[in-house]
This record gives sequence, C-alpha cells and structure tokens, in this order.
Amino acid sequence: MEKTIEVNSPKKRRSRLLYSKKIAPYLFVSPFIISFLFLSLYPFISAFNMSFQRVLPGQTQYIGTANFERVFNPTFYTAVQNTTVYVIWTVIILTLVPMIFAVILNHRLMKWTNFFRASIFIPALTSVIVAGTIFRMIFGDSDSAFANQVLQLVGLEPKEWRYSAGTAMFLMVTLASWRWMGVNVLYYLAALQNVSQDLYEAADIDGANAWQKFRNVTFPAIKPIFIFLSTITTINGFRMFEESFVFFETSSPGNIGLTVVGYIYQEGIQRNDMGFGAAIGIVLLAIIFVVSVIQLYLTGAFKKDDE
Amino acid sequence: MNKNKTGKEKLISTGMVLLFSIIALVALFPVIALVVASFSPASDLMRFGLTAELFLSSWNTENFVALFGGEGGAYWQWYINSLIISAFLIVLSLFFSSMVGYALALYEFKGKRFIFILVLLILMIPFEILMLPLFTMMISLGLVDSYFAVMLPLIVAPIAVFFFRQYCLGLPKELMESGRVDGCTEFGIFARIMAPLMLPSFAAMAILQGLTSWNNFLWPLLVLRSNDMFTLPVGLATLLTPYGNNYQILFSGSVMAIIPIIILFLFFQRFFIAGLTSGGVKG
Repeated sequence: MEKTIEVNSPKKRRSRLLYSKKIAPYLFVSPFIISFLFLSLYPFISAFNMSFQRVLPGQTQYIGTANFERVFNPTFYTAVQNTTVYVIWTVIILTLVPMIFAVILNHRLMKWTNFFRASIFIPALTSVIVAGTIFRMIFGDSDSAFANQVLQLVGLEPKEWRYSAGTAMFLMVTLASWRWMGVNVLYYLAALQNVSQDLYEAADIDGANAWQKFRNVTFPAIKPIFIFLSTITTINGFRMFEESFVFFETSSPGNIGLTVVGYIYQEGIQRNDMGFGAAIGIVLLAIIFVVSVIQLYLTGAFKKDDE
Repeated sequence: MNKNKTGKEKLISTGMVLLFSIIALVALFPVIALVVASFSPASDLMRFGLTAELFLSSWNTENFVALFGGEGGAYWQWYINSLIISAFLIVLSLFFSSMVGYALALYEFKGKRFIFILVLLILMIPFEILMLPLFTMMISLGLVDSYFAVMLPLIVAPIAVFFFRQYCLGLPKELMESGRVDGCTEFGIFARIMAPLMLPSFAAMAILQGLTSWNNFLWPLLVLRSNDMFTLPVGLATLLTPYGNNYQILFSGSVMAIIPIIILFLFFQRFFIAGLTSGGVKG
C-alpha cells in the first residue's frame, strides 16, 4: 500500500491522522503491540536466554545446558508428580461434576435456579489466600477441628491434613474445586441454553431413555465447552502455586505440596538462581504444550467436522 | 403445565431441590464459617482450627475492635493499596483493551488476522514462564515495590481484548459510517458513538479485571517488598504463619476483604457472571 498523499503542514498531518480510516486501526491496536513486544515477546525470548545462563548481578555468563541438566532431579520429579496428580483430579472434578450440576439446574422441573446458581458462584469471588485461610481452620490438625469431628462422627480416625501426601493433595484439589465449580457450571448452563426443548420431545417420541437423550442431544451441544474447560483446567493446573502456598507457604514436609511453579519460585526468587528458575519454566512450557496437544487430539478438537 | 404435574414429577422436582440445597450449603459453608470464625478468639482458631465449641460459644467482636481500633497495623494501608491498584487497573485496562478489541472487530487492515492470532497465543502462554524475566526487568527499571509494577502485566489483558473483540463483532458498522459523514474523528467515533454501545461489555470486563487484580497474588508477591506497599492477599498471607502474633487481623481482615465483593456481586450479578465466564465467548 503506497501513500501518495502530500502532507504539508503539521496541522494537516494531524487531522489526516485523526480522520484516516487506514491509520486509525493501527493507533487503536498499538497498545497491544507495545505490550506484546515488551511484556510478552521480550520476556519470552529472555526466559529462553536466561535458561542458558548463570544470572548473577553484574556477571551473567552462558553456561550451556547446565541448568537443564540440573532440572531433572528428584525434587523436580516430585513437583511434576504433585502437579500432574493435581491436574488429573481437578480436570476430572471440574469438567464432569459441573456438567451434571448444570444438566440438573437446566432441568425443566428444577426450581430456584437463580438462587442456586448464585450460591455456587460465590466461592469464585474469594481470593485463594482468604479461602485457604478458612480451609485451614476447617481442616485443622486438632481432633476437635470441624473436618476431624465429621470424620469421628462417621467412625473414622481424625487426620493431620497438612502432613501427609494424600490429604495434602485432597486439600489443594478441594480448595480449587470449591472455588471454580460455580463458574464452570455457568459455562455449561450457557451452552445448554442452545438446546431446544423440542429435541428432547422428539427424543421422547422416539422412545429414548435418559442416557440416550444425554448422549445424543445434550452432550453434542455442550461438547465445545467440555473441551474448553478441560483445556483451561489443565493449563491452570500446571500453573498452580497459590493453592499450595496458602497451605504450606514455600516449604512442605517432604515436598508434599511442591508444585512446578512453586519450584520456580523457590529456585528463581528465594535462592536467586534465575537461570535455573527460567530453565524449569521452559520445561514446564514444553510439558503444557505437549499435554494440550494430546488433549486436543483426544477430544477431537482437531477434527474438521464431528461425525 | 404446573397445574397438572404428576406425582412422579413432584418427586423429581423435590429431590433436585433438596440435592441442590445441600450443594449450595457446601458452597456457602466456608464463607459462613469465615464470618462466624471472625467472631471467635483468633488464637484459639489458629491452635485448634474451627471447632464446634467456637462455633457455638464465645462470640465476641474483639477481632473487629482490633481491626477498626487502630491495631490493624498495615492492614488498612494494604486495603488502600488494593483499592488504588484495582481502580487504576480497571480504568487503564478497559480503555486500552476495548480500543484494541474494537479495532480488531470493526476495521479492515493489514495484519489484523496476525494480531488476533497473537492475542490468542498470549492467552495460551502461562504468565509464570514470563515472570522471572519480567521481574528482572522491573528491577532494572527501578520499578520494584511500586503500584505500577503490579499493574503493568495486566494493563492490556488478552482475555479482555478477546472479549471486547467478540462483543464488537455484533455492533452495527453503519453507525461508524454515519459518524464519518458527520465529521467525527476515528477516535471520536469510538469514544462517542461505539463505546456507549459497549457498556455491558465494559461492566463485565471491569468486574473481571477488578476481581483479578483484587485477588492477584503471585506477581505482587514478587514485586512488592515493603509491608506498606503490600496488597491485601500478600499482606494477609504474611499473617498466616505459625509464628504470627496478629491473628485477630487475619480473620476480621479476611472478612473485610471478601464481604464487599460479595455485596457487589448481589447487585451486579449479571455482569459478574458475564465477566468471569468471558473465556467461553464463541470465536
């Protein structure tokens, strides 16, 4: 595209800028371009660069792949394992349970839908820190704390929730599930609005049972949301830090609460080993990328048309 | 339809309502528990957790007396910091993100598709990968421990750009043309003609960005150093240690951090829901 218009005075140039349909969109998107260059692209390249360096104030040097060779150590494996278990649990709970909840809430015989919808949404308004504080009190270590009393009521042993691997994972998964359940239900509910009741009536006439109706009428309509939520939950799961921090701060017994991002924080910030922290980040990025691609492949998102 | 409900339908209906009453109770229990706990002796709470005895007895307002009576330490400073950061962030991010989304939806220009793909790409890259380089950048720019550093990564939020773009796709383009005929500048068309039509999307994004900022934790934890600069979540987290001596503020302060949000939610439910479920807007 060639500009042949003569521009004489600054004033004219200014008014041309303000009125030009061609230039305006570039001005409008310029904040994004600037932000992309300085706050995404530069740090992204810099993260790769740093991962091959020993970053010390004033004397940063390239050390080849030494950081990456150090990454694959037992602590990192623990972090990856914890994070993966957390991802699996949150993906299962936060995609399937809200689907069931939404189908029930959307049922024509359901009452007080608005009230229930609002109630389960409220946890999403809390910060992890505040929510985690109260979870720590509910799941306190003493025998008389609420959760332990409930356990004793049904004849089980009280637990020291924050001190064994299984219960620690339970706390983190429960906290995340509690906070995001309502939001995910709303995603499904929005998708369910697109299913016309006529389809159910038609299915009734054909003699379809409840499962067949779900499989052939309901699920196709909410499948895109199912794929979206499982992808988002997976990515957010691999990014998890706060749900662990609020229960364990930055160190947990035997690293039962250590996550990959927690490990980045420990090494990069607390030990000030930025190069190593960046290398962990790059490995995390690779993990997320591979998992997402596999997931999208399995859920059929790459297929052009469905059945 | 209601009149000739069969017995079976009534049973199903009652069963579903009963089930959801339990679910709603579970969802609300921690919030209720927090409010109740804030009226219990804070040191007992930390030692024994939330016990039935505390729930049932010894209600007192000493945690709130401490909070409002000048023993809050830096708490109110954290509150002000969070308010300032959230307010500025809402204004800045709405202004910039809406402009970008608007242009991506309603103009034809070279590179438009490419820029939109970049928006989606950034949406996919976890912030945690970028945080160490960004942190070193803040250090070298001398921005550590400033409001600006906390806000910077969120100002042009890809999720908001995406949301505004989807919203603008549904706006009538003809209005822009008539604005041009009337002699408006391109920015004038955006600000005076189109932006008023985007109000519902502004409301939804104000809530999303406000809430994100209000509850943001990891990034402020990195870039804020001094107690006086902390935001609420970072500040409250410092009280949550086994060696703390200010548990009263932890509980009353936590209540004060979430109750205003819940009250806002009750008034602006529609926009909260639109804001927090914005990721699912059809592409």
